[in-house]
Amino acid sequence: MRLELIKRSAPAPAMRFLSPLLGLFLALIAGAIMFSALGKAPDRALYAFFIEPISEMWSVHELLIKAAPLILMGAGLCICFQSNNWNIGAEGQMIVGAIFGAALPILLPDVQNFLILPLMLIFGIMGGMLYGFIPALLKAKFKTNEILTSLMLVYVAQMLLDWIVRGPWRNPEGLNFPESRRFHEWARIPEMMPADGRANWGFVIAIVVAIALGVMLAKSLKGFEVKVIGTSPKAAQFAGFDAKKMIFFSFLLAGGCAGLAGIIEVAGATGQLRPTVSPGYGFTAIIVAYLGRLNPIGAIVAGLVLALTYLGGEAAQISLGLSDKIARVFQGLILFFVLACDTLILYKIRLSFGAAQKGAA
Amino acid sequence: MKKLLIGLAGVAAMSLGMAASALAEDPMKVCFVYVGSKTDGGWTQAHDIGRQELQAHFGDKIETPFIENVAEGPQAEGVIERFARSGCELIFTTSFGFMDQTMAVAERFPDVKFEHATGYKTSENVTSYNSRFYEGRYILGQIAAKTSEKGVAGYIGSFPIPEVVQGINAFTLGAQSVNPDFKLKVVWVNSWFDAGKEADAAKALIDQGVDILTQHTDSTAPMQVAAERGIKAFGQASDMIAAGPETQLTAIVDTWGAYYIKRVQDVMDGTWESQSTWDGLAEGILEMAPYTNMPDDVKAMAEATEAAIVSGELKPFTGPVNKQDGSVWLAEGEEAEDGVLLGLNFYVEGVDDQLPQ
Amino acid sequence: MGMTEAILLTIATAATPLLIAAIGELVVERSGVLNLGVEGMMVMGAVGGFVIASLTGNPWIGVLAAIALGVITSLLFAFLTLSLAANQVATGLSLTILGLGVSSLMGEQFVGQAGKKLGNLDFPFLTDLPLVGPLLFGQDPIFYISIALVFGVSWFLFRTRVGLTLRSIGNNHHSAHALGIPVLRYRYLAVMFGGACAGLAGGHLSLVYTPQWVENMTAGRGWIALALVVFASWRPARVLAGAYLFGAVSIGQLHAQALGIAVPSQLLTALPFLATIVVLVLISQNVRATLINTPAMLGRPFVPDR
Repeated sequence: MRLELIKRSAPAPAMRFLSPLLGLFLALIAGAIMFSALGKAPDRALYAFFIEPISEMWSVHELLIKAAPLILMGAGLCICFQSNNWNIGAEGQMIVGAIFGAALPILLPDVQNFLILPLMLIFGIMGGMLYGFIPALLKAKFKTNEILTSLMLVYVAQMLLDWIVRGPWRNPEGLNFPESRRFHEWARIPEMMPADGRANWGFVIAIVVAIALGVMLAKSLKGFEVKVIGTSPKAAQFAGFDAKKMIFFSFLLAGGCAGLAGIIEVAGATGQLRPTVSPGYGFTAIIVAYLGRLNPIGAIVAGLVLALTYLGGEAAQISLGLSDKIARVFQGLILFFVLACDTLILYKIRLSFGAAQKGAA
Repeated sequence: MKKLLIGLAGVAAMSLGMAASALAEDPMKVCFVYVGSKTDGGWTQAHDIGRQELQAHFGDKIETPFIENVAEGPQAEGVIERFARSGCELIFTTSFGFMDQTMAVAERFPDVKFEHATGYKTSENVTSYNSRFYEGRYILGQIAAKTSEKGVAGYIGSFPIPEVVQGINAFTLGAQSVNPDFKLKVVWVNSWFDAGKEADAAKALIDQGVDILTQHTDSTAPMQVAAERGIKAFGQASDMIAAGPETQLTAIVDTWGAYYIKRVQDVMDGTWESQSTWDGLAEGILEMAPYTNMPDDVKAMAEATEAAIVSGELKPFTGPVNKQDGSVWLAEGEEAEDGVLLGLNFYVEGVDDQLPQ
Repeated sequence: MGMTEAILLTIATAATPLLIAAIGELVVERSGVLNLGVEGMMVMGAVGGFVIASLTGNPWIGVLAAIALGVITSLLFAFLTLSLAANQVATGLSLTILGLGVSSLMGEQFVGQAGKKLGNLDFPFLTDLPLVGPLLFGQDPIFYISIALVFGVSWFLFRTRVGLTLRSIGNNHHSAHALGIPVLRYRYLAVMFGGACAGLAGGHLSLVYTPQWVENMTAGRGWIALALVVFASWRPARVLAGAYLFGAVSIGQLHAQALGIAVPSQLLTALPFLATIVVLVLISQNVRATLINTPAMLGRPFVPDR
């Protein structure tokens, strides 16, 4: 038996929506088999994974908290990846954004007014941009591979944060534990509906930024430039598009998004700087960007779905005693099936039996 | 197989639904939030063993659901809240980084009781509990000074937080009580759990001439390296004798079980009150693994010290003690206050390392 | 054994898993495929090697199992990215998530058990030579395999016809296909070789480096291996140099700490990564050489049209 891919003349529009659903459906079946094999009631497990987290309002808020940084960074990375700039260091850019933004309430705790929060957000964006600027500069000037430098810089950023929280910015009232002083009220992002849950306006910022990037990509000349440089560098050169400028543009944009995500995380849900800002959101955002078809609007959906699987894993552990390991395996399965089904957008799959027939078509 | 059965029991219990919760014989739900995996061989595993002892003690009178690998920080709040809403009466959050999240959820759920490990905040329905690991480390220091030929021990540290600094200081004081010139070399690996890096750190320390190793990280890798290089070492968090049958002198073993049983009993009896617990060897929240691979006189000394600590006769942080720079910390006979110990961020004299400030 | 030998041996042990995984990934990337799932394959190799070695009591069977598990894991990646033309970056990242989950599930019963260590070689007389003895003749068998891999892969890529074909596929799969070369078959084999190497590297961790199983015991080494491939601008000999440089800096910072040098340990921990960036910038100054070696088709899917 052979499996053949036959290219469609144009991407199948129906498949753009059907393929992730099909992938999810197959993952559900595979998951149900796995849960049964492990002695768990599959219907209850799937319910815990996908329904329970959104069956109560407070839990929906948790979903939004988790989704916000994923959407924000995923959307920024879409621009990077579409223009062939392989920034996989969003995690580091997020951390540096958090550090920059947090500098205000930590170093100037007595300055408490309405200007602080907007300034923090701007500082956060600048921090992320600055950290994204390093691999961009190295790539543009020295042709240094950006996958490597942006990834290495993640580790450096983690250590910088670790040092700063344990050393100079340690909370004077925190009994020498590794955490900064808590932000005052002016430095916190307010919650949207405090009566229902914890979600803050950071989620709205993330959605607005993602939509803005989506419009830019679809409608503006800059968006066209991004796509042309990504798909055919030669044509881009012909059209007078500068690939080097695009390196800076995409890295600064994605870095800024990541930095914003960092300060939103810190000024929103956390309220202080701690040795870890993110449990790997920057890496998950890469998957979000791809699941979202490198389209910032798609990243919104993908970010919500991925956040749901995280919450679902927690819910399944709590209500079913499903182990965290099984939850992670299931999450991997979902990703694989959805990625596999993406093939259907661009290709038809044909199974042919027997020996390959050379030159038959 | 056992886990599978427990899981099935959980499913069955769930499917009975919340309607049954009014019944008197309904098991009490005691819930655990873990920062790591319950089979991490160290910190979280010790808590999970405590949970299993608790479950075994009360049998079907209680249920003990748990959740593993919860990242510290804002994400933890959602997890703790989910537990609080799922009908847990008592929730143990077993890592320092869950402190503020525990406090926040506790405020919203005044009827649920919370216990947070190794923090410093409490409230009406939040207790903090901790273990005086440093008492064990004082004994390790004494044994090291008696056993070492070169008079230098290596110390593999995770992160410079007060708990670890207490350990380093107590070890040094214990060693100096036997050999005033005893030296300590410290290497930080900036991780609680990276077997490879811990092994590398162990090798580096041995190559620089230490002939006894102790660690405040969770993997057994340093013990294995010590065994390979033929020097002695101490286990951490759990008995690591399997990794070094001829290497381990003793180990500090975290034993949370008794504490968990007591607190659950308090809830059942209606006598649970918020408190700040900092227990030690005397209360059995930590134990020393059997003293092995050492001469009888060393063993006798270790046992005597242990007994003295248990009886309260000996307190490791009792003056005269100088700080690293030679200035006086504790005058003759003066005991360190718990408040200072909880935030300890300086070394005592004799430690060959700079603490990040 | 003196201190210098001991330190050199420590560096060799730290460098070996990085080297093996990186050499495997180098072949994969030379064929034009970017598999970011090295960490996932490596951790599968680590658990497979440990579990089988424990069950059979024979570390050598464990090594074989580690390789086998690496290959099986890589086949998942190959099926998605080659047969189904799925995106390589996203699939590789997902492979890491899946590998970390599956491995911790598989190894659950084996955490904390004492492992079977693959012993060091010992030649009478030779191993006892000063300085070079322990280094050249007294290490674990996988160390020798890693060195052999460097030379073998170098010879294969640049001295054999098949190696030339593989590189040509990585540079232009369309023209290779036009010449009648079975592009996907080559890539399948390359990815499987990468999986075997990553699995072996994982086996080294759980059978030699630290003979035990703990969850996520690769602790980011798969990512370092990926970085080393780019660092080496896809040349096997430079992977060797890079792996040992990285190992030396990692071990060196621990020694600096043990000596009591007053530098924040976070800075020292970050040092290997900073050093990699600096060296990388220096290397990429030589733009022409880098471009020649970069597989032009890296990360691009290929679907034979007929």
